[in-house]
This record gives sequence, structure tokens and C-alpha cells, in this order.
Amino acid sequence: MAAGAPMGAGTSSHIYEGNAPRLMAPSWIFIGFFLLAPVIMMAVYSFLTKEFRGGVIWEFSLAAYDQFFFDRGLFGDEPPSIEWTYIGIFWRSIWQAGLATFVCLLIGFPTAWFIATRDPQSRSIWLFLVTIPYWVNLLIRTVSMKFLIRDTGPLNEFLLQVGVIGEPLGLINTNFAVQLGLFYSYLPFMVLPIYAAVERYDFALSEAAADLYSGAWTTLRLIILPVVKPGIIAGCILVFVPSLGAFLAPDLLGGAKTFMIGSLIEEQFKGNAGNWPFGAAASMILLTIVLCILLVYARNQNKTEIR
Amino acid sequence: MKKLFATTALALISLTVGAQAEGKLSIYHWFEYIPQELLDKFSEEYDVEVTMDTFDSNEALLASLKAGKLGSYDVAVPGDYMVEIMNGEGMLDTFEPSELSNFGNIEDKWLDVSFDQGRKSSIPYQWGSTSFSVNKDVYGGELDSLSLIFDPPAELKGKINVLDTAGETLTLASLYLGIPQCSSDREQLKELNALVQSAKADWASFGSDVAKDVLVSGDAAAGMIWSGFSAKARGEGANIEYVFPKEGMIVWMDNVVLLKDAPNRDNALKFMNFLLEPENAAAVTNYAQYTAGVKGVGEFLLPEVANSPESNPPADQKGEFVQACPEEVQVLYDAIWTNLKK
Amino acid sequence: MASVTDLRRFPGFLAITLTCLVVLYAPLIVVAVYSFNASTSITNWGGFSLTWYVDVFTGPDAPKFQRAAINSLIIAVCAAVAATSIATAAAVAMTRAGRFKGKTLSFALINLPLMVPEVVTAVASLVFFSAIGFTTGLLTILVAHIVFCIPFAYLPISARMQSIPDTYEQAAMDLYATPRQAFTMVLLPLMTPGILSGFLLAFIISLDDFLITNFVKGAGVETLPTAIFGSVKQGIKPNIMAISTLMLGVSIVFVSLSWLIGRTGQNKK
Repeated sequence: MAAGAPMGAGTSSHIYEGNAPRLMAPSWIFIGFFLLAPVIMMAVYSFLTKEFRGGVIWEFSLAAYDQFFFDRGLFGDEPPSIEWTYIGIFWRSIWQAGLATFVCLLIGFPTAWFIATRDPQSRSIWLFLVTIPYWVNLLIRTVSMKFLIRDTGPLNEFLLQVGVIGEPLGLINTNFAVQLGLFYSYLPFMVLPIYAAVERYDFALSEAAADLYSGAWTTLRLIILPVVKPGIIAGCILVFVPSLGAFLAPDLLGGAKTFMIGSLIEEQFKGNAGNWPFGAAASMILLTIVLCILLVYARNQNKTEIR
Repeated sequence: MKKLFATTALALISLTVGAQAEGKLSIYHWFEYIPQELLDKFSEEYDVEVTMDTFDSNEALLASLKAGKLGSYDVAVPGDYMVEIMNGEGMLDTFEPSELSNFGNIEDKWLDVSFDQGRKSSIPYQWGSTSFSVNKDVYGGELDSLSLIFDPPAELKGKINVLDTAGETLTLASLYLGIPQCSSDREQLKELNALVQSAKADWASFGSDVAKDVLVSGDAAAGMIWSGFSAKARGEGANIEYVFPKEGMIVWMDNVVLLKDAPNRDNALKFMNFLLEPENAAAVTNYAQYTAGVKGVGEFLLPEVANSPESNPPADQKGEFVQACPEEVQVLYDAIWTNLKK
Repeated sequence: MASVTDLRRFPGFLAITLTCLVVLYAPLIVVAVYSFNASTSITNWGGFSLTWYVDVFTGPDAPKFQRAAINSLIIAVCAAVAATSIATAAAVAMTRAGRFKGKTLSFALINLPLMVPEVVTAVASLVFFSAIGFTTGLLTILVAHIVFCIPFAYLPISARMQSIPDTYEQAAMDLYATPRQAFTMVLLPLMTPGILSGFLLAFIISLDDFLITNFVKGAGVETLPTAIFGSVKQGIKPNIMAISTLMLGVSIVFVSLSWLIGRTGQNKK
């Protein structure tokens, strides 16, 4: 069974049989009380009535979801039509996260492949090099990126002095900068699982393909990709999910100009709006999207394992 | 492992208990608004350990207190309309003038203010204005109108930072259009919505705490900013001018309020009294470069601060306080804001 | 016939890997270099100097950042110890206690912190703490950190345990060791590398967290990331670069440590 496969059921032994409740209790207490309960409470809050300027009134209401999905005009008296504002914010976040995932894959796959095909000694050094930046505080990395690419930052200074460009590139406060930030934040999440998959890849398959006159790219497409697919999918999920709710990159690199899911939710609890049920509803919708993705992933995973 | 647990548990208990010990003062303040030396001075004079958290908008202050922080701070520094809102929310404690020996130092015009009649829960901190500043290296034209922000000339397009708060940004936009605040008139609100929508295309970023830095670093060529913050930016080398727009600007007063359920009420009052001392009020002014609401600060002020162009608007300059809108109107402004940032 | 190495090579992959490393390292290196800048204006190079490092330890902001650093360390150590202990117990249950009721659910629960988006966790914790009247402070940060550190500690520990056959413990019990003795004297030593890397992972994850901490921190409590965020929002100052570079150094030391531990663990096997 693959390392890190969920259950470990195959290798399960029975030495401490009967002790499971005692051993699991701390996990249940901590995660159950301090994460599961709060999330359930948010679910409840999303169906309550909002209190002006923050807080909830204990009265059932669908207003939060209604506000999310239906547009009743600025004054709330027009016939309802589909509200695109929030769907748009979610869609943009999903698109943004998807693009970041795609770019990570495009760069991460060759990198992972390259590392996994070195000899074992230099392999661990390459791996070490790729993972170090990940261990540096995310905030500091994002700030460093901002410093580097802003109009008066070293990158533009350098390019101006060399004469490659006539005026600053204007990278900061753009979607490109946010993309760069997300890519920078989560690339190792893509490289590591793919690396693990490639490492287990049996190159006899490539040899067999080559014997049958398959070119390198055809082999990559038809033989290698299907085999390392689980690693790629795992990497995509590990990049996509945190990118979806990312807060720092849009805030620091994107200029906080447009709401993303993260800042939209934050705004309801910490900023101008003070609409808790709406923030709770947006949280629940985000959570549902993420759980759906994970569920599809888990089911596919099970299928491949049964095969 | 068990020992390790016990020690860490002990350390934690001592930490949490320590946080409730006497001789403490917990302040919730705007960022970059009080010099550390002044806090140290208070700390030494009264043997009180001071901790301070910061916020970057009146709304953030309110939201944070609503979400459970009330009861952990002693004093906060909301702006005028927010004092009124917080009072309505029952977040403020009251004191008697006799509890503050320096109460008489409050300037007369700031004593009977609409947002806190007779100063029962608050004392003046600083007052100033909100408008915008323009980098003179980038734009050489006349600096007299809010149109530079809401309908900018080509030189400034895409180089403007605006404050990330609905209150101030939408109020300035209303001033530009000549719409009364808290208007619920359909046509006016639609006009307001259209204005900010079209202006947004010319804005580079939203940010309150970065308002000074973007002007100093050159990331923005124009930016909405508070008067004293602009003076500080100028002091840090930005070639900018603070604009007094003919359409009017926002005038505000920030106030130190005594919070309900303050864990250290006595120290809070000592601190408020301390801030009413002319020398200390002047120290704040010298640092933040706004104007104090306390008598007798004149002799302690640095001349360049007292005479700064930012704090001395032309005599006929129009200014308005931000109003706290009723709920049914506020939701409309919230909708415009969300619509703006979607 | 093509040689084996040729099959492993694709044109351009080396170039992409190098580009990747450049993108990953450029911002960090630039910040590290500029932290030694003598000039107060952060974009102009004014010669080499340690001014900003001195400023970090003695400047006006020094007490604030020192307190924040101490808070960060206390929380990271406590959260990592607690999360590692909880995760070890859970890993034993998952791999050594056979099938039990709610096993699938327990597995999902342990991984829940990884599944819930961070911003949702942050907001939910804030609202929950406020609803149950748990005054925010250092303790609320710690509790939140323990929760999201558990799965990170669990992963390496359970991976390690799955690779240890239970024959060792069986043998010990055949020699009349009690289950407790079999655990402490046989299994625990074998698991040590897994536990250590679980601990380090949890430690770093705790040290790294900004978003959740920012929501659940109490009055006057800062950790290093929240203090840095507060300062950075008003502009990137040279002292922040010095702090960042110091943290970069600490991180590198830690990764190297966990790397070395991981290697010794493999050698023992």
C-alpha cells in the first residue's frame, strides 16, 4: 500500500485493541470542540437574522443565502434575479486558484521530474533546495515578493538601469502579482507529491515504450502521465484548496482592490459590513466547495486502489 | 513527557494570570498615532504596564469589539460618529468630570459635542481632516478639487490609492457630487454608485494603513489621506501637497473613550487625565501632526507642526463631520461598497 | 537502443527547475541583501552595515518584537508538544488497535483541520470563542494552534508507524512485557524519528501561522507574524527585513535539523 494511504487498514495490528477510545479521546476533544463545534456554529449562524453592525439575532432566516444568490436591486424592491456579485467573487477566486494550480503544475511537474531522476545523493539536495523557501514564514515570503516587484523595487531599478525597460513594469497591484504570490506560496505543495509519484515510477515502462518506437513526448503523454496521475491530482488539491481562501497574496500583492473569498468573509467580521450571517453563509459555501472537491478526490482514490 | 506538560501548563497559567494582574492598561488605538515615548512616560509615572493593539478604521474597531473583545480593553480611540455608534451599542462606560482633574483643560468648543453631550464617556484626542494629497512631480496642474481623485487627469490615472473604509471614501464621493450624507434618495445613490464604479478603474489600490507609505515610496502619485499623515509623508521626503478641495473635505475628531467592562478602569482614567495634560497632548500632536483639543498646548508645539499647511486650511474651507446613518440607509451604502469591490 | 538515462531526460526540464529555484529564492535573497543596507531609504544602496540588526535588538520597536518573538516561541513549543502527544496517541490507535467503532470518522476528524479553509477556521474560532465567553489571549491562540497542528504532526508519525512491523512488540509481549512496556520500551524508541519530525513540522506550522492567530489573538497579544504584518502594512521598513532574514536563518537551521533527523531515521532502518 502506498505510504500515507488513508487507513493503513492493511497493516493494522491489534496489540492495543480496546484502547482506541482512550487513545483517540484527546483528538476528539480538541478537534471536536475547537474546530468541529465552531464550524457547526457557523452553519447555524448562517441561518440566523443579522444584527445591525455585527452579531446575530436568534431568529431563523434565509436572508444570508438570499443575499448571496439573488439580486433585488440596490433598494431591495426589484423582482429577484440571479445575483452575480458574490458568485462573481467566488468564481474569480476559483479561477485565480485554478490558474495558480495550473501554473504550479506546468512548472512543478518538470521540476519534480528532474529532481526524481537525479541520483539519490543529489536528489535529496535538490529536494532540500526546493523545500527551504516553504519553511520561511508565508507572510515574510509574500512581503519579500512585494518588495522585489514593486515599481520602485530592486527588480524595476535593475531593469531600468540595464535599459531593458523604459519605465517600471507596473507589476504590483495586478492579478499577475497575485498569481505570482500564490505560485510562490504553494509551489512546493505541487512538487512534493509529484516527486513521490515519479520516484516510484518504473522506468522499465519507458524502456518498453522506447523499444516500441515511442518518442519521448509520446511516452510522457501515454505512459508516464497516467502512472503519476495520483501524485499530480494530490498536488493540484494541495495547491488549489489553500489558494482558494488565500488572504495574504491578494491583500499585499493585489492591493486589496477587489474582494476575494477570503477578504469578503473577513470583511463581514472585521470590517465595514458587519453582517455575520452573510459571512457565515459565504464560509459555508466555500467549505462545501472544498469538501466536494475532496470527496470526488477520495472516491477516485478508492477506485484506483481497488483496481 | 508528563513533566514537560506540567511545566508548560504552569508557564501558561502564570501567563494568563499575569495578564490580569493590577497595574495594567490595555489600549485599542489607531496605528501610528501615539509616540512610544509618551506611553513609556505614562508607564513610568504611574507604574502601569501598558499594552496597545491597533486598528486601521473606525469600523474595524467596532467589529472587533462586537466580536468579543469588549471587556479586554480599557480605552479606545474612535472618531466622532463612531463614539455615537458605540454609545448606542452600549459599549461605553461613563465618568464624572470630577474623576479627571484635568477635565477643565478641554477646549470649550470640544466640550459640548453632538456625539457625546457634556463629555460623559470621552475626551478629545486629536482632530484633523480627511482629503487627499498629490505628488507635485507627477501632476503640475491646479490642486483644488476632488475631481483629481474621482475623475482624475491622465497623469494620475492608475496611480491613486484610496482609503479602505466605506465611511470616508463614500463620504468624500458624496461631497464631490454634492449629495447630502445618509441620503436615501434613489437617484442620488445611483449617481454615487456610478461615480465610484467609474472612478475605480483609475485607482491602483485600496489601503488605509499604507496611505503614507505609497506616497513616500512613489507607488501612488495621489492618495486619500488624513491631514497629519500627509504631513508625515511630506516629512519623510514625498514631494506632495495636501489638497483642500473646493467641494469640501471631511473633518473629524478622534476621542479617547472609556470602554464598558474595562478591566482597569482606574488606570484608564489616569491615562485619560494624563492625555489632557497640555504637555502630553502636545507630544501627541508633535508626533501625529494633527491638532489637539486641549487648552495650553501652544507653548509645547514644534513650530513646523503648529504651522503645517495640512493643519491650517484656508479660512473659508468647507468641512463636514461624517454622520452615523440609520440602519435602513447604511445597508444601501454597504451595498454600494461591496458592489465597488466585487 | 536509447540508454536508460535518456529516457529520464526531457529537454528544458533542467532550465525550468532552475527558473523555479530563481523565482523561489530571488525575493528572499534580495531582502536578505537589503537588510544589510546602511541607507534609511530602503531602495537605495548605501553600503554594508549591521545597523538594522542592531535596531532589531535595541531600537524603539525592539521590546514589541521581542515580546512577540517570545510569544511565538512559547506558543509554537507548547502547541507542538501538545499536538505531537495527541497525534502519537491517535497514530497508535489508528495503526495498532485493530478495527474500532468510528475509525473512519476519527480519521476524517484528524484531517479536518487540513480540509477546512483557513479563513473559515479563523472566523469560526473567533465567533465561537466569543460565544462561549472564552476571553481571547495567549491561551486562545494556543488552543487554535494545537488544533491545526495535529494533522501535521500525525502525518509523519503514522507514516513511520506503518513502516514498523508489529513483530517487535509481539516479541516483547511473548517475553511477558505488558502492553504499556511494549509501547514505551519497544515501539516508542522505534517511532522516535517520526515523532521528532512530526514535532518539528508542527512547530514550524505554528510559527508560520498568521491568519488564524490574527483572528483569535487577545488584547495586547502579538505573535511575530501578526506583529510583522501590523508593521508591514504601513510600509516595508529595513528593520522588518532584518527580522525576516533572522527568521529565514532560523528556518534553515530547523529544516536542516529535520532533514538530518530524517536521514538518521532512514539509516537505522
